[in-house]
Amino acid sequence: MANPTGIGASVRRREDARFLTGRGTYTDDINRPGQTHAVFVRSPYAHARITGIDAAEAMQAPGVIAVLTGADMEADKVGSLPCGWQIHSKDGSPMKEPPHFPIARDRARYVGDAVAVVIAETREQAKDAAELVMVDYEELPAAVTSLKALEGGAPLVHDDVGGNLCFDWHLGDAAAVDAAFAQAAHVAKLDLVNQRLVPNAMEPRAALGEYDRATGEHTLTTTSQNPHVIRLLMGAFVLGIPEHKLRVVAPDVGGGFGSKIFHYGEEAVVTWAAKKVGRPVKWTAERSESFLTDAHGRDHVSHAELAMDKDGNFLALRVATIANMGAYLSTFAPSIPTYLYATLLAGQYKTPAIYAEVKAVFTNTVPVDAYRGAGRPEACYLIERLVEVAAAETGIDKAELRRRNFVPASAMPYQTPVALQYDTGDFAKNLDIALPLVDYDGFAARKAESARRGKLRGIGFATYIEACGIAPSNVAGALGARAGLYESAEVRFHPTGSVTVFTGSHSHGQGHETTFAQLVSERFGVPIENVEIVHGDTSKIPFGMGTYGSRSLAVGGSAIVKAMDKVERKAKKIAAHMLEAAEADIEVKDGRFVVAGTDKALTIGDIALQAYVPHNFPLDELEPGLDEQAFYDPKNFTYPNGCHVCEVEIDPDTGVVQVVSFAAVDDFGRVINPLIVEGQVHGGLVQGIGQALYENCVYDEESGQLITGSYMDYCMPRADDVPSFTVRYHEDQPCTHNPLGVKGCGEAGTIGASAAVMNAVVHALSEYGVTHLDMPATPERVWQAIRRHTPAQAAE
Amino acid sequence: MYAFTYHRPKSVADAVALLGQFEDPKLLGGGQTLLPTLKQRLARPSDLIDLGQIPELQGIREEAGGLTVGAFTRHAQVAHSETVQRVIPALASLAEGIGDRQVRNMGTLGGSICNADPSADYPAAVVALKATVRTDRREISCDDFFTGMFETALEPGEIVTAVHFQKPDKAAYAKFRNPASRYAIVGVFVAVFGSEVRVAVTGAGPSVFRADDMEAALAQDFRADALNGASVPAAGLNADIHASADYRAHLVRVMARRAVEACG
Repeated sequence: MANPTGIGASVRRREDARFLTGRGTYTDDINRPGQTHAVFVRSPYAHARITGIDAAEAMQAPGVIAVLTGADMEADKVGSLPCGWQIHSKDGSPMKEPPHFPIARDRARYVGDAVAVVIAETREQAKDAAELVMVDYEELPAAVTSLKALEGGAPLVHDDVGGNLCFDWHLGDAAAVDAAFAQAAHVAKLDLVNQRLVPNAMEPRAALGEYDRATGEHTLTTTSQNPHVIRLLMGAFVLGIPEHKLRVVAPDVGGGFGSKIFHYGEEAVVTWAAKKVGRPVKWTAERSESFLTDAHGRDHVSHAELAMDKDGNFLALRVATIANMGAYLSTFAPSIPTYLYATLLAGQYKTPAIYAEVKAVFTNTVPVDAYRGAGRPEACYLIERLVEVAAAETGIDKAELRRRNFVPASAMPYQTPVALQYDTGDFAKNLDIALPLVDYDGFAARKAESARRGKLRGIGFATYIEACGIAPSNVAGALGARAGLYESAEVRFHPTGSVTVFTGSHSHGQGHETTFAQLVSERFGVPIENVEIVHGDTSKIPFGMGTYGSRSLAVGGSAIVKAMDKVERKAKKIAAHMLEAAEADIEVKDGRFVVAGTDKALTIGDIALQAYVPHNFPLDELEPGLDEQAFYDPKNFTYPNGCHVCEVEIDPDTGVVQVVSFAAVDDFGRVINPLIVEGQVHGGLVQGIGQALYENCVYDEESGQLITGSYMDYCMPRADDVPSFTVRYHEDQPCTHNPLGVKGCGEAGTIGASAAVMNAVVHALSEYGVTHLDMPATPERVWQAIRRHTPAQAAE
Repeated sequence: MYAFTYHRPKSVADAVALLGQFEDPKLLGGGQTLLPTLKQRLARPSDLIDLGQIPELQGIREEAGGLTVGAFTRHAQVAHSETVQRVIPALASLAEGIGDRQVRNMGTLGGSICNADPSADYPAAVVALKATVRTDRREISCDDFFTGMFETALEPGEIVTAVHFQKPDKAAYAKFRNPASRYAIVGVFVAVFGSEVRVAVTGAGPSVFRADDMEAALAQDFRADALNGASVPAAGLNADIHASADYRAHLVRVMARRAVEACG
């Protein structure tokens, strides 16, 4: 009988009982004796010189303990927030890396930049006093959009970064691309914008700093996806606290989508201030603060060209992208529009030559960094929009054009012209599953039926591939990563056979407590109730890199497998001793340790008990205990891929787009928990649909004020905006280089969905002659596009 | 939120008396606009006078063939009232479309019309249904009540107690929601009283207004196609990142057509 909590079982998420009943423990739920509250004074200007700060009145306000500024941090030799990835420009020069202090010192560079912090007995007192801090600003002109920031004479965000250019990077073979374009029978061209997004994790960021004068130990509890990374960055680079005196805890975290990877200034401020005021200091962002200060996502402006021969075979791809970095470099910002973007521009296609140029630009806006998909949705959107343009221009069916250019499964492993080597993938198979699933042949009939109701209908595809796992360390290091990218795990059997797994991965909604426990249940036949997954506390878990880039199962899960290998090796030795058999004769079957060819067997529980009560134990060759640790550094990225197909209906009278069907066929390699995978896909799709139709972060182009600073104006997708999804996956193409054969599923939905939706929207509008529309396809944008292309109405 | 003193009077007279006592008092209806404003520290009233415990402000009843709805009636109560559904179903349906469930369970009719948000739904119903706004001291015709963006004919200290809606022969409300806030970008309430047609437009302009051309066209010929030649000029309409004035003008006609069609 299959293990009901083993691999492949749709086990319900164990963590949901506490999440859904309000019993989670989030950072803001934690309160310490003597705790104080921090409220930040933030710049109301996008760009201003700070000429003076007068805190005298604020200090007199009730309950105020301290008002601290950048100058106080400077006096305490607090450093700049470090950037974790270094990019070099075409000319070999390193990227410009201006300092990014937790509290601004002499200049505020975006609306929301921290200028001072007030610490008081209560949060309301801190807020009251924050209004009394008198900051003298000398307002400066702001560079708000990336295009304007690059113009000659634009205001400089950093005086020593000429032209606001952080780096001018490239990848690929320009000469080969030029040669291919010279031979092309047809060139499809597209200008497109991948708009800026606000991450909107359900739980706002929060941080609680504590300092123990007796031990000299600092503790930071924070909303982080990677507490060890925060400990390393903040301890070593910002505050100068050695690891053994700094504990970072990321307890229950309510969603991140990338925005909680980064080391934020508030974390350093509360940690530093807790020692300074001698009491715990807590800060919790209000939603308005989240809009202003969480690192944003996307914000690319691109031009792309695809060269084809007369039969529609792709010959070469040329891409030029301008990426907005915001005012400072967030932790992993430089890697997103480079190694997580341009390396994915081959997509699923065997395009032989690709050349990409990326200019990264400083602007007076909040920093931009990884957001669900991080570079890969931008790549997928660009390629897949361009392929649909190519299909429309050449008259080749869009499914057929893709099929014609797919890297065939037989070509795996496949070296792309942009650095990556795909290990597995059968892209034609994904398409073969998808086409009947969406009744592609029946589209014309559905379109006619929509037309009878006065609606336009379109169908759009996105065939995506992404690189997950973010590895190996040596490759990432060669590409500029200033960190390793492995994962850690410890599998600890207790004397009575229950298990605690310590993982360096971090769950902030992904269901690790269930999926990871299934790995142990499968391997040792332990019911998952007897397996506890511990994560998020640097004082408990081995040094680990955390969760982002759909890496937890592929890298963190593999580390657990490696630790379980070690447990099994030791358990076999113990079993051999207990059963008086040769070690070589011990087999593991259905979680039992059996002497081959006999009915002599032990459970892992029997062995664990002996390991901790070693009365009958090979003490001369083995140590007692059953507790093993492993680190796993992958050999390659993993490459989830799939085919997403979207159908939309558009009301031409209002421009409203309705997603009427969405099918996702995905190859995630081996699937451990289908229920959780489906949930991840659903969430990802909604996020991708959100970018396509609803979400748009808008700054005023002159003043740099955030216009979409609340849900009144920033439109999140809601349940009634999306259809019931059709989700399929196949497991025929397991990853070849990790022990589980898994690829990752966290970002896939977001990566494919935006392109599929926009392709469907443009297809629906094609009868008006519309060939492209930038996201989000809001009702007015769609209506204006229709109007522009309808002379009779335009004249009205 | 700044500190304030909270009061919960049991009668309109007590509420009026309280209003006169303090430096900067504010009436609390359902709080769907006021509370977020307070939380963002954009208002600093000295005193908050909660109208939620005043029996005179509650209740829905038939009166003179129409409906009288107490000022403190919540949107959900209007939406689910069998009386409203029977007498003026379009009003129940408008209430069911306000905001989301949480807003409908808190927000009140009086709070909505006194706030006079240009994108609120109720003003369209008040104007189209020839309503009379009753206060602690007088009755105000719907055509005089809304005077501008967030402005009404109410005098300082005046409390709305109820709204009397006339029963139309037929009526319908069509709304184009802001996808983010779900307020009305454009909402059009069409009501027919004998030979009179009233078309009230909310969301599009600084304040609710009647579309005279459309009313005239529909009075001649009550069909959606009768609106083909009628339009609302874009000049003077609201414009924001969600909808330009042109788009709003266009949507007024589309929503008016839909409301006419929904009238049956």
